[in-house]
This record gives sequence, structure tokens and C-alpha cells, in this order.
Amino acid sequence: MFTVLRDLLRYRTEFRFGAILTGFIAAFAALSLVSPYPPHDQFVVPPDLPPSWSYWFGTTSRGQDVFWQLTFAIRNTMLFGLSVAVLSRLVSVAIGMWSGYKGGIVDRLLMSVNDTFIVIPLFPLLVLFYFVLRDRMSWPLLALAMASLGWAYDARLIRAVALSLSSREFTQQCVFSGMRTREIVFQEHLPYVLPIVFYTTMNNMNWSIGLEVTLSVLGFTDIDTPTVGVMIYWANQHTALVAGVWWWVFFPVLFVMILFIGLFLLAISTNEYIDPRSRLARMGGVSG
Amino acid sequence: MSALLDIDRVGMSYVSGTLLARRVVRAVDDLSLRLEAGRPEIVAIIGESGSGKTTLARMILNLATPTDGVIRFRGTDVAKIRSNHARADFMRQVQPIFQNPFEAFNPLKRVDRYLFMSARRLADARGTEVDALADRALHQVGLSLAEIRGRFPHELSGGQLQRAAIARALITAPKLIVADEPVSMVDASLRMSIVNLFRSLRDELHVSIVYITHDLATAYYISDRVLIMQRGRAVESGAAREVLANPQHPYSRLLKASVLSPEDAGKPTIAANT
Amino acid sequence: MSAPLAKAADAERVLDVANLRAYYQTWHFGISRDVRAVDGVTLHVDRNEIYGLAGESSCGKSTLIKTIVRAIRPPLAVIEGSVRFDFGGRACDIYALDRARLAGIRWRHLSYILQGSMNVLNPVRRVRESFVDFAFRHIGKPMPQFLALVEDHLARLRLDPAVLGSFPHELSGGMRQRVTIALASVCRPDFIVADEPTTALDVVVQKDVLALLREVQRQIRSSMILVTHDIGVHANATDRLGVMYAGRLIEEGRTGEVIREPRHPYTAQLVTSLPRIGDIEPKQGLDGAPPSLAAPPPGCRFHPRCPLAMEMCRREHPPMVEVAAGHRVACWVKAPPGGMAAP
Repeated sequence: MFTVLRDLLRYRTEFRFGAILTGFIAAFAALSLVSPYPPHDQFVVPPDLPPSWSYWFGTTSRGQDVFWQLTFAIRNTMLFGLSVAVLSRLVSVAIGMWSGYKGGIVDRLLMSVNDTFIVIPLFPLLVLFYFVLRDRMSWPLLALAMASLGWAYDARLIRAVALSLSSREFTQQCVFSGMRTREIVFQEHLPYVLPIVFYTTMNNMNWSIGLEVTLSVLGFTDIDTPTVGVMIYWANQHTALVAGVWWWVFFPVLFVMILFIGLFLLAISTNEYIDPRSRLARMGGVSG
Repeated sequence: MSALLDIDRVGMSYVSGTLLARRVVRAVDDLSLRLEAGRPEIVAIIGESGSGKTTLARMILNLATPTDGVIRFRGTDVAKIRSNHARADFMRQVQPIFQNPFEAFNPLKRVDRYLFMSARRLADARGTEVDALADRALHQVGLSLAEIRGRFPHELSGGQLQRAAIARALITAPKLIVADEPVSMVDASLRMSIVNLFRSLRDELHVSIVYITHDLATAYYISDRVLIMQRGRAVESGAAREVLANPQHPYSRLLKASVLSPEDAGKPTIAANT
Repeated sequence: MSAPLAKAADAERVLDVANLRAYYQTWHFGISRDVRAVDGVTLHVDRNEIYGLAGESSCGKSTLIKTIVRAIRPPLAVIEGSVRFDFGGRACDIYALDRARLAGIRWRHLSYILQGSMNVLNPVRRVRESFVDFAFRHIGKPMPQFLALVEDHLARLRLDPAVLGSFPHELSGGMRQRVTIALASVCRPDFIVADEPTTALDVVVQKDVLALLREVQRQIRSSMILVTHDIGVHANATDRLGVMYAGRLIEEGRTGEVIREPRHPYTAQLVTSLPRIGDIEPKQGLDGAPPSLAAPPPGCRFHPRCPLAMEMCRREHPPMVEVAAGHRVACWVKAPPGGMAAP
């Protein structure tokens, strides 16, 4: 595992950049643990101060230090994205592989359900979700809602891989070696599915973070917990850009962009590395 | 004497097309073949692409269900084998060999894994027994566990890999092996060792082999009986040497006449230089 | 070696490959690996002859072909050697040509028949259009005359001109391959490269396609390299035969001679191990496996599997020595340079 990471760091510039960027954001988020100001407190510092040596990123109209707010915001946003991605991966892998391997009526049924989920308009649904729950809306609940909506597209992708794998001869050989379906799927097929899972995880994180920011900016989430989107929401509430308090919007946007780019670079560079065909080439397998 | 394998007027139809324009394709049509228990033999099923020979192989291995007729293995209808226990029992006695040795193994996994798996799951071996069983099976094919241990498929040649696949199939001491074009993707110089191996499987280990091929020469060399298929039907069958030396059916004759033999080398060619 | 033969050979050579070395140079995550697919090959093909190239998997024959037609892309690179063609008096080194001249040569003087004809014919265009794509600009006639020429060509090869109106998937595998052969020969090129032209075909179709190939060659009097691992095909179609092993040519001569009296131990094993109908003699396969081209054994690459291997074989690779007229062998035991060959 570590040799893989070391190789990637050494030889793939995209991975190095991606790792640096994401690492930077993660380190920044970790700073929230030593923040001198609790995240919900307001008017702890003079408001509307531009970036300076005492307040690196300036202060907000609510009297909060943008720097420290952002550490919480980024941390919450990242955790949110990660939890949505992980939860929805579990669903999409399970459904995709089961559907692909079983085939027949199980496949048809699952894919009908799947396709229904694909065409569901997410945004209106989530807005409706907010309106129904109002004050009982919380981040875990939102994460759950998004996870249960965001698995369908990737499930189809994984199913395609599972389908092609189940028709390959080595799968038959496994059957005739006495392996059970569960073992074949998890031990033999998963390595082929993993690159897609990893790539879609990064993608899914970007998607969920984007959606979260959108919803928060519009105020359709719990606006008391600081996230990137919530920061921008409050900035808009205080008409920050018109008032000239540009740093309140600029830094959250900048940091979330860095996170996006970092995740993207990680995804595409690791993907090539994990891909079975390039793995084979590295092991010295396929000849010219 | 009961039959080891009884293929009784078996047929397989595929339906394609829509409600208004259906097409029925008979991949296999009214085919019968019987192998006796206690008398191991090699039966070659010869046919070209589209002859239905692969479909037949799949039906024997219970990977596909015939639409007509019955295939019985030791008296049991193969298509009715459903429970895990019955399937395991069946797989202990009937094993496949596939055409492409490099496809038969997962390129990302080590080759010995499948030998050990067969030993544990089907032969119920434990601990050191597992290694011993794998080693013995490998020796039967002219390899050894020391050579194969820890190797990935790409580290072995096609011939070695195919032999490893045969070893895996032998671990449970099966009575029947269904080999679908087992040597067509193996290099010519390594081919004969595997073909000879089949012969020794029949003579020393008393395994019957259904040897599916399009190559008449190797079929002549090792089979006892031969069945020639054309478009799903059996057109000629009988003792291998007789049928191949003197084919009667026009299709069989055509097949034999189309064989390109090295004997023809040096005969006056149209493209002579002089 | 008789002098008249030498003079005639020199004047009539269409292809001259000298000391060709082509490696795949890969570099993956810090591991650099040189796969020596073609390692010092010298051969020539005369006018109006079919030269067969035999060998098993990973012997380098496919790479040799790619190098000869200059269809190389990184990581494949030519390290050393030359490939010279002589198209009707105009000699050229294919690696010295610029893109424009190369395009002018391709198909008009040098064409190929690939394994898997489905890869050559565009699946969404009719066969006629593939002919137009490949050959129209070389023929240089207006379209109606060009099409008439194509139909004429097909008729002479006893192919139904109606195939021109079909899509590739409407034709059978054998028919597609025949069309590919007609396509490769329509410009009457001086040299045709055929890479495993009959391998994916059924036995019955294979014979017909091979007959067509020979007929084409006879009609247009082009030279051909026919690459296949199937010795039976070589026996029935080629005039001269070259056997490759692990990136090197180890025996070469008239096909009949090489098959009936193979000198090199590998060729001998290859030929004698083939079963034939009517022959019940036990046959033996070779032990071991062809070496990896990334780390070939020193000396003669066949020595680990050779029953006749001597000390010399482990140290140095034997040169190609002429043991009979037109028959060359690279073996210290069977063809010692300048000495008496072992029986």
C-alpha cells in the first residue's frame, strides 16, 4: 500500500499536486480543532475588517474571523462530502454487483428501480425535503438523503463491469473450483471494480459538495452550522459584495475550488494506477 | 453397464427478434452421444464455428439448459442439479478446460490460488493436505508446486498455464473432463505435450474426456471416437481412425480435404519462381 | 553458392532487411524495460515470391512486420538496421521517406492484409466506399472508371461484384477476408504483407482464402510476406520460409526443404511434432517455454530447451550460415561456420 503511494508521489505530477492540494485543505480543516473562537459565536471580533496581519482573511459582518470560520466550514463540508460519498458507494456497489452478477429478473428489477432514481430531479426534491423538515433538518439527515439519491448512475457503471466479468472464463473456473458467488464477487471481481469505485467516490464528493453549497447558499439547509455554502449564504444575507466585504465570499470560494481540483487530480491519477491493465503492464505482463 | 454421460436427443433453440418477426435458431439439434462408465475414452467433437459444439459443452457442464432432450450424468439429469450440495457433487466429477489459458485465470491473482481453492472446497482438504493435493495434481501434468507457487498467469507460458488448468481440474479426481479447444491457443511446440497428457489421463487416471476441437489431426491422434457436427446436427460419428481415414458424409469429406498438411510442402505451387 | 543465382537475386530483390533491431522501450513508474522483439534480423524477399514467416507467440514476427511497413509507434522504436524496398526500379529506405512519399507508397506499392479483417473494413460504410477510401487516389482515374476497374478485379478473383454494395457485417468472416485481400491487391502493389490472414477462419474457409491469396499473387506478380504460426499454411502457400525464435531468424530456405529437412533443432521439433491424419506415431512436445523477450538467455536463445546444446551455445549467438543453396541456419551444432556440420 505504501509503496503504491510512494510511487505515485514520485512519478505522477497530477497525484503530487492533487495530494498537496487536498492535504493542504485537510490540514487547514484540522486547524479548526485549535480555533480560539467557537464556531457559532458572533461578534467576537470587530466586524467588516479587510485581510490584515491580525486577521489574515479579514472579518465578517457578523463579527467572526473569516480564517477560523473557514476552518470549520471546510471541515464540515469535507466531512459531509465524504459521508455522502461513502454511503452512496455502499449502495451503488452492492446493487451494481448483485445486479450484474445475477442477471435475469433480479437484474431487470433492480435496474428499473435504478433508472427511476436516475431521472428523479434531485434539486427540487431536496428543497422539498427542507421545507418538510424545516427546523428538524440536520446535516446527518441531509447526508442520508443525498446518499440515497446519488447512487444510481454509478450503480449502472459498476453493473456493466460486473456483467462483463461474469461472462469471462476465469469466472467459470472459479465456479468449478467450488467458490461461492459471494467470494467470487468480492475476491475476484472487486479489483476490477475498485478503480471505478474510487473514481466515482471523488466525483461523488465533488457533486455532493457542490449540491450542498448550492442548497446552503439558498438557505435550504441548517444555516447555523458553518459550512462553505452557509458562509456564502450569510455573506449574501449581509449583501457582502455590495458592501465591499469581498473577502467573506472570496476565501470560501477559493478554498472549495482548491478542494475540488485536489480531489479531481487525485481521482484521475490514482485511477490510471489502479486500472488492472496498467497494473499488468507494470508487472511486466502483456508483451508488445 | 450404466452410462457415465448420456446425451439423449438434446437440442438447444435460441429465439431472437420481436413478436412479429421471430427467428428460431437451432444451435444444437437432436444430438445423442453416450459414454460408458468404467471404460474411459476420449471422444472428439469436431465442428467449425456455428456448429454448436461450444453450446453442447456448456450444456454438459450445466452452464446452459437444453430446450429439448436430456443430458444425464451417471443417471442424474444435469439440468435438474440445483442445490449447492448437488452442484458441488457434480463439479467433483465433471470439470472443464477452457480454450484460452490466459483467460481461464484471473490475471490479477496467483495461479496456485485456484488449485488450493479446489482442494479446500471440493476435495475437502485441510492444512498440509491442501498443498499435497495440489502438488500431486501438478505432478500428474508434468509440473510441480515449487514451480507454480506464487506465480501470476503472465509469468507462465501458454503451455504451462494450460497444464496448470488441467491440474486444477484433476484435483478432485473427476470422471469426466470437458475440454473446449484446449490446445488451439497453445503454441505448436507445446501443444503435443498437452495432447499426450490427455492420453495419459485416460490411460493412467481413467478419466473420460470430451475433446472439442476443429483440428482433425489431433483428433485423429488421440481420440477413440469422433462425432462431427455441422450446424447443430451430428453428421457422422464412429471410431476415430475409421471415420477420419475414410469419411463418408460429404461434409466430413470436405473437412478432411480442407486440412492443410505440412506434407504438401514442396509440391509444385502456382507461385513458383522459376 | 552459384554466381548466376546471386546476380539474379540482387537484381530481383523487392525487400531487403538488414540487421534490424526494434525494441519496445517502456518506462513505468521508474522501472525501465527493453523488450527486444526484433534482435538482429536479416532477410530478403525476391520478386514474385511468397516468403513465409513462421514462429510462435512472442517470437517477434508481428513486430517485425510492423517494422517493415513502418507502422511503429512509441514505445516501439527501431534501434538499428535498415528496411529497403525496390518498387520496380525505384529503391528506397522506408525510414528515410517523408510523410508524403510514404503515403504515396502505401497501398499503391505496399499494402497489407491484417488478421481480423473486421478491423480493416469500416463497419458503417459499404464495401465499395472502403475501396474508394483506400485506392481511389492511387488509381487516378475518374470514379466510374475506377469502379469498373474494381469490379473487374473482383470478377477476376471470382468474387461476386455484388459484395461492393454490402456492409461488412452482412458478409461472413471468410467473405470479409476475401474482400480484404481484393482490397489489398486492387492497386496491384509490388509488395503485400499478410499477417495471419487465415487464422481466425474455419478450416474449410481457410483453404479457399489461401487459394485466393495465391491466385492474387499469381495474377499481379507481387511479392508477399505471409506471417503465420501454422506450418500447414506455409507448406501450402509459401515459396521460402523463415523461422523466427525469440526475436531472431534461426532458419531460412525453400519451404519444401525447410519442412522436409529441417536443420535447426527447433524447426525440426516444430515440424515433426505436428500430428497428421493417418500417422499414429507418438509425437513429443518441447519442454520449457519460449523466453521472455525482456530478459532473453545469453548466447543462442534456444539453448535452454535444446537437446543438442553445447558450451558455445550458452556463450554466443550463432550466425546464420548457408548450409545448402539458399538454405541458412543459425546453430553452432548443425551449422558451424566454415566447418563440418554434425549429422
